Amino acid sequence: MKVLYFAWVRQRIGVGHEAVTPPPEVLTISALVDWLRTRGPGYAEAFADTRAIRCAVNQEYVEPDHPVASGDEVAFFPPVTGG
Amino acid sequence: MSVRVQEEDIDIGAELAEMTVGNHAIGGLGVFVGLVRDIAGEAAVAGMTLEHYPGMTERQLEAIEAEACARWPLQASRIVHRVGRLEPGDNIVLVACASAHRQAALDATAFLIDWLKTKAPFWKLEETRAGAHWVDARESDDAAAARWSR
Repeated sequence: MKVLYFAWVRQRIGVGHEAVTPPPEVLTISALVDWLRTRGPGYAEAFADTRAIRCAVNQEYVEPDHPVASGDEVAFFPPVTGG
Repeated sequence: MSVRVQEEDIDIGAELAEMTVGNHAIGGLGVFVGLVRDIAGEAAVAGMTLEHYPGMTERQLEAIEAEACARWPLQASRIVHRVGRLEPGDNIVLVACASAHRQAALDATAFLIDWLKTKAPFWKLEETRAGAHWVDARESDDAAAARWSR
């Protein structure tokens, strides 16, 4: 699974993207976030308040109960501020 | 219909000319140009860096543009958004819609910029004397986008 991070999520975690292999019981975005939090203090800090984070799977916005699978591209980022 | 993300400045005159050339069904062109301000709240802004999500950005912009084309009878539309480091006075974004009549052109333009601001994955890192900080999303932008919901 490819995971991407943007803006302050990227800065807190320390990388812009990575390939991860979560355990098989990780089937949703919220389970993925819980698992990512265990990977280090930067992750825990980035995901401290998930209300401040948006998520996309395969470049489409999704909610935390959305399923994830091994071939997915998952992205986490703050609310957008373009324009 | 076209969307583009680029580091270079936007040649607004050339973009608008390209949209209308040879199409005499166009009676009006709605245009919005976003610029970098030199002040945020009370802090002076020296510059900003725009980051985006390559791939998703283009998909979102194309989806927003398709929605505008479904709602209004547009002859042409264009979204050009810059990324990278920008300074006060620089262009950030061009949104333009062409239609036979002004109301569709103006409404579609307002719709596109309101939706872009809440849906397209861009983020601004602003530089002030206090340091660099990520700009927070504004509830007023959500409200502006929500008025187009139906």
